[in-house]
Amino acid sequence: MSNIPIWRRFDRLHGPDPAADVKAELRFHIDSKTEDLIRRGWLPTSARKEAERQFGNILAVQHIGERMGEHMERRRRLTDYWTEFRQDLRYTLRTLKNNPGFATVAILVAALGIGANVAVFSVVNTLLLRPLPFPDSQKLVWFIAGKSIEDKARTAAGLSAETYTVDAYQEFQRNNQSFAAVTSFQTFYNSLQYKLTGSGEPKQVAAVEVADNFFPVLGIQPAFGRLFTEQECQKGGPPATLLTWYFWKTQFHSDPAIVGKAVTINNAPVTIVGVLPESFDFGSVFAPGRKVDLFVPAIMDFWRTWGNTLAVVGRLKPGVPLAQAQDEADRLFPHLKALHPDWFEDYSSNLLTLKDHVSGKLRRSLVVLWSAVGLILLIVCVNLSNLQLSRAATRSKELAMRRALGASRSRLIRQLLTESLVLAIAGAALGLVFAYAVVFALATQGSIALPLLSSIRVDGEALAWTVLIALALGIFFGLAPAFKMSGLNLQESLKDNASGMGAGRRHERFRATLVVSEVALACVLLVGAGLLLRSFLRVLDVDLGFEPSHAAAMEIDFHPGKDAAKYSADMQTLLQHINALPGVESTGIADMLPLDRNRSWGLEAAGKSYPKDYNSTVFVYLVSPNYIPTIGMRLVKGRDFNWHDRADTQHVIVINEAAARREWPGEDPIGKFATGVDKNPVQVVGVIADVRESSLEEVSSPEVYIPMTQNADSEGATLVIRTRIAPDSLSSAVLGALRSLNPGQPATEFRPLQSLVDHSVSPRRFFVLLVTIFAALGVLLAALGIYGVISYSVTQKTQEIGVRMALGATTGRVQREVLISTMRLALIGIALGTAASFAAARLIASLLFATSPWDPYAYAGTVMALLAVAILAGYLPARRASRIDPMVALRNN
Amino acid sequence: MLEKTRLDLFRGTLDVLILKSLIWGPLHGYAITSLIRRQSDDALLVEEGTLYPALWRLESKNLIEAEWGLSENNRKAKFYSLTEEGRRHLRQETKTWEAYAIAVAKVLGATQPPMTEEA
Repeated sequence: MSNIPIWRRFDRLHGPDPAADVKAELRFHIDSKTEDLIRRGWLPTSARKEAERQFGNILAVQHIGERMGEHMERRRRLTDYWTEFRQDLRYTLRTLKNNPGFATVAILVAALGIGANVAVFSVVNTLLLRPLPFPDSQKLVWFIAGKSIEDKARTAAGLSAETYTVDAYQEFQRNNQSFAAVTSFQTFYNSLQYKLTGSGEPKQVAAVEVADNFFPVLGIQPAFGRLFTEQECQKGGPPATLLTWYFWKTQFHSDPAIVGKAVTINNAPVTIVGVLPESFDFGSVFAPGRKVDLFVPAIMDFWRTWGNTLAVVGRLKPGVPLAQAQDEADRLFPHLKALHPDWFEDYSSNLLTLKDHVSGKLRRSLVVLWSAVGLILLIVCVNLSNLQLSRAATRSKELAMRRALGASRSRLIRQLLTESLVLAIAGAALGLVFAYAVVFALATQGSIALPLLSSIRVDGEALAWTVLIALALGIFFGLAPAFKMSGLNLQESLKDNASGMGAGRRHERFRATLVVSEVALACVLLVGAGLLLRSFLRVLDVDLGFEPSHAAAMEIDFHPGKDAAKYSADMQTLLQHINALPGVESTGIADMLPLDRNRSWGLEAAGKSYPKDYNSTVFVYLVSPNYIPTIGMRLVKGRDFNWHDRADTQHVIVINEAAARREWPGEDPIGKFATGVDKNPVQVVGVIADVRESSLEEVSSPEVYIPMTQNADSEGATLVIRTRIAPDSLSSAVLGALRSLNPGQPATEFRPLQSLVDHSVSPRRFFVLLVTIFAALGVLLAALGIYGVISYSVTQKTQEIGVRMALGATTGRVQREVLISTMRLALIGIALGTAASFAAARLIASLLFATSPWDPYAYAGTVMALLAVAILAGYLPARRASRIDPMVALRNN
Repeated sequence: MLEKTRLDLFRGTLDVLILKSLIWGPLHGYAITSLIRRQSDDALLVEEGTLYPALWRLESKNLIEAEWGLSENNRKAKFYSLTEEGRRHLRQETKTWEAYAIAVAKVLGATQPPMTEEA
């Protein structure tokens, strides 16, 4: 009875049919009953009727049967599917356990590719994709004062071009229809201005002055306490401060009863009104790489006469597009000009979403980074395909056997795909660990001046991304080998070794194609990394105009008094005191350092007539005598300031070459007069070589140096020390000297000047480092691929080589031939890769500094590196080939 | 002639009887009804309308399995046989049934009330 009748078998070919089964079963029952009744004497005609009557409602039963049948069929299919899946899984795990080497390499390779991708995705997601950490943040708008964003870069007016006067800001507040609210903060905040005393050591704190509606506009609620009241932001209002979460935690040990307590800031009591939430990181959005301790109200009346000092942020009304707000800002332009007829001629306002302001400049770098890591994933994919295929030789017989035993091709493909998916998923799990480690390292380091870096995390989206790429990787790298391997010619594979060569050769061609594409992809990565690396070195090579090595800086508590003569005398005493310390070579004071902060004023050469839209801005530094040589700036002409430049003598300035070129082209500027930077006309007494003041990449703008002995308008004081010994070892001696003169002197960071340069190049260093790591990874994987293919091909040709050696081929010749076939693959890959690199290089051109996208060194370096790697990867198999013993090789047949 | 003694079968009972009838080997549906009728000396008549749903239910519970085969008169028929699980289930149910029958019989066969448990 167990043999299935032919017709059922035929039926099954079209899949099971529960309805037909039920009908047939019930028909058999009625028929049997009818026959029984006839045997018992019923007439055939009535027997069937009686059988049906006794049965009852056949149709109802039939209906039940069909339903149950279908249900069981579905369940059976599912069970079959899972059973097969479990079989595949078990089989896969057994296979991998038997090939621990292969499994380890494959999982590691997948983990590197996936881990790198997830880490970069987390960075890209935080910096580009995810909205800013404020509610409804896409409505936040940043105001820029320059004509256009490009213009801003060209005029290079620094921070002053991104900021507004109090009057302009209040004009925006009054006369607009597009914004629900407009707010601002003081950009010229300076830790020096805020000295916290009374709780432990005197301490300089980084405080930001904000408008009364700053936090409400951003949508920030205090963690506890309250925000500033309007009254607190008025002149003469009660002094109040808001602490950042981090400062509350570190300075006040998370005191739960902090709200309402008073602290002493600049020797006056200030009430702590609230603590901001942990999630609010002002620095990461508005001042990357800086930490802010507390906020105080910006008293607008105080800042009204100070020029462009306010950064302006607005929140659009619901439904208002940015373009409409821009139109309105343009219409406001005459009003703004009327407010400041003598201000920037090119005063205007350009609106940018806050998001674009924060990370717009990074978009291209991040896209490049993402592409690089995508290339890595492709290389990983190709590499795994290759690894998988390299096992084809050992597995072809097993697969052919299963094929012969009735496994369908799709069944085998499923089995092979299960294997690649298991590897990919294991790789993803390990890769996630990598990604977590990388992201943790990025989020907790503080030295890279990239916005939002501290909020990078591997979140749900990153996990979803991991799953997605793991599945894609598993399917893509498994698919080609699965098709190749499952489609083997049965006879060919089942026959012994020698005749299996046909399939082997076909695989080899396919694998060669994979290796070529791998080399090509690695080539693109390497060229890209080479170009970026060269740009980076060029940036580091830039003539800064000052000498950061052997110099350190410290912000000091040195307030200009009303009396310039006394101020000057105090400063001289202080510098002499510090200068006397052992190891100190030279000292000076400036209100700000290059590459740190900046501000710009207007400057006009006396007696010169200017066109209407002339841009007369210059960067302004107030400095002490001897500062210029101390920081290592080079005096090209004239003299440095000295202690004889007093308030009551001729007011003098030192300018840089850029200012000289602009204001006195073709003339000797020494002795010339100018106006604008001082109440009095000033005389040029010296010219220094250009200094990179805003970044290493930007050419120097016109600069003016004003002696502190004549102008007490400084915003703080930074002591710069040049020393013969390690700057760090001087730190306590300098602080001691300062305190002997000023017992309340707060301790600040004594930082080497090099840290300014490091901070300035940190984003570039970050990108270059990552791209270089990816390129190295790509080359390593390509090398692995080349090695795999060549070494496999040597194994395949053992007999052939043996025969030829028996016929007199020398070992040198055999080695050469193997190396030549390696080189052929590498060269094809390099040729294709170079062509692709030419196309790709154009995309990164804007990221390059003083480096052409066709930079011959980057290309030549890449070709050399890849050839070297290819030779190395081919050498081991070549040596093995030349050591083949002809007798052994032939006997093995 | 036996209408009076014909007993209605509870659903659980039918399941046990079906399992029991398969203990000697695979049978098709019609053979199961015949076997139960003969075994019970025509006392138990399985309603054919409920037999098949019961069979399919048991099949879906994996207590029996089905296979197509040829009947005695060489016709295609669906044969049911006990699975290992069905066999276990039958043993279990048989025990329950016997205990139940004895208990019921004891009560019904009683001739005097039980003694009250008093100290």
